[in-house]
Amino acid sequence: MIARDIRHSAFAGTLVALARFVIVVALTFLGLLALTFFIGRVIPIDPVLAVVGDRATNEQYEVARVAMGLDRHVVVQFASYVLDVLRFDLGMSVSTNRPVAEDLARVFPATLEMATIGILIGVGLGIPAGVLAAAHQGRWVDQVIRVFALLGYSVPAFWLGLVGLAIFYAGLGWVSGPGRVEIFYDGITPVVTGLLTVDSLLDGDWTVFKSALSHIILPATILGVFSLAYIARMTRSFMLDQLSQEYITTARVKGVPGWRVIWVHGFGAIRVPLITVIGLSYAGLLEGSVMIETVFSWPGIGNYLTTALFNADMNAVLGATLVIGAVFIMINKISDVLYRILDPRSR
Amino acid sequence: MLTREWLLDDSPASRGQAAAGRAYRVSLDLPRNPLAVAGIVIISILILTAIFAPLIALEGPHGQYLERRLLPPSGDHWMGTDQLGRDIFSRVVYGARITLMIVALVAVISAPVGLLIGAVSGYFGGWVDSVLMGVTDVFLSMPKLVLALAFAAALGPGIENAIIAIAITTWPAYARIARAETLTIRNSEFVAAARLLGASHTRIITRHVLPLCTSSMIIRVTLDMAGIILTAAGLGFLGLGAQPPSPEWGAMISGGRSYIFDQWWVATMPGFAIILVSLGFCFLGDGLRDVLDPKSEGKS
Repeated sequence: MIARDIRHSAFAGTLVALARFVIVVALTFLGLLALTFFIGRVIPIDPVLAVVGDRATNEQYEVARVAMGLDRHVVVQFASYVLDVLRFDLGMSVSTNRPVAEDLARVFPATLEMATIGILIGVGLGIPAGVLAAAHQGRWVDQVIRVFALLGYSVPAFWLGLVGLAIFYAGLGWVSGPGRVEIFYDGITPVVTGLLTVDSLLDGDWTVFKSALSHIILPATILGVFSLAYIARMTRSFMLDQLSQEYITTARVKGVPGWRVIWVHGFGAIRVPLITVIGLSYAGLLEGSVMIETVFSWPGIGNYLTTALFNADMNAVLGATLVIGAVFIMINKISDVLYRILDPRSR
Repeated sequence: MLTREWLLDDSPASRGQAAAGRAYRVSLDLPRNPLAVAGIVIISILILTAIFAPLIALEGPHGQYLERRLLPPSGDHWMGTDQLGRDIFSRVVYGARITLMIVALVAVISAPVGLLIGAVSGYFGGWVDSVLMGVTDVFLSMPKLVLALAFAAALGPGIENAIIAIAITTWPAYARIARAETLTIRNSEFVAAARLLGASHTRIITRHVLPLCTSSMIIRVTLDMAGIILTAAGLGFLGLGAQPPSPEWGAMISGGRSYIFDQWWVATMPGFAIILVSLGFCFLGDGLRDVLDPKSEGKS
């Protein structure tokens, strides 16, 4: 009887927590919508003028104003904007003449592909670097890694992209230049996942795969360098916290080998907080990819955003901003949830 | 009066003495931190370069000298010349003024706004806190660069709008810090004492809460400077920030982009300036944190 009560209340507690989580996420999304609405409809002095141009007659102007729904009250406008977004209607893009939502669905996999390879590089190099720095705290290895990590915060991504192209593409010829694949291979691979490296493998087409890989490796590595800096820094900080604990001293006194103390005892304890860090850097790569994609003419969401900026294509700008914001929020929330599930103390 | 003993007195007699003593202790500790010293040196060079730009530069930042366009770095032109024959070194020197202006203005706008919102939010709590922090969280839930891009796109290109766009994206982080600090101060005894003495909310916030938030704020703003410089340069690179022919470093890189394969120096040189200055602020911020916040010494 008592046992059932406890199980029942635990279940109810989970439900309440779940409901609260859903409400918080919904409110954050509503806030995000309010923000993009504010940027698109309130800040521009005259959004109609931006669409019709300054040579339009008064009648044309009035028609456009009504067509854009700007004659309605601002609250009504916001409500209809929210409803449109809920139906995945982000308006038409002025420059591509297609629905923005369709455009975004087409370009998003390219960004996902690059960011995923980037985060693999960042995690693969950043975590060992951070652990190494913590294990040799204050020694030269630590200082070198610290300065390198600070460099990651100081180098402009677009500059590194240009220099990388000049050295590895034009200079050494190790990798391919801008774009996603050689132009004559473009569009011959059937789209399954939208990730070209995966699709070409599924298709069994090694030529396309090699071309795609040689195009993605440089931008993805540069993107990875930026997450590497943050991951290495946080890993070092977490490790130092652990290595000063008494259980580490105990293990050392017991005669556990040094590498085992660091990698099994110390590192084992920081795996969970690292998940949050990796989630945050994955989300952060979305931001970095805006600049990198522009430099590498990579047909992803960042390039779409900056192209729309040049064409004053406000629907596309806001749509891309909204999607990046939504993905950013989702990755953050997911890493929050994972943290809660994996770390018993946070329950 | 200004003796070492007076400065290091454990029980300062006045607010002035306490502040002077703290500044003195920091000034004793900072030089022992090699990173902080490197940061101070780099930032001093930036400030001096900005002030004395006309004396350091070989020529003005504008003009056209097509007979000597795209020359590689040499004794005459240390960083080479660009597509219009302008001396890149001189333009980089003048660009220091723009960069310094951007970081100073962004800090002056966003730090006080964030500080005030955070302090008010933490001090009053309740629905004021919920509303203000809700707004803050919405801003924090967006990647900074993308938000700045969207704002800059809506406001229109130009350096003033770029500064406003960046300031809009930086204040929420400061509001969060100020709120966290305020929450720990709010229930302390000296605030209760001030309230009993009849101090108004405004007085408690401005005279008792805000001064205690400043040191963590200074660290955070210094660490953010690098990000601000990179965002400003990024906006300039995309054509949303400073407009050519302004010698803004990001815009200069953008101008040299088409020449990157054959005349690498045009786009590369301004980048080194950006890296050096950002690194300077990172070093100083890291060093300041070690000195002002002993809890985190040697970590991160």
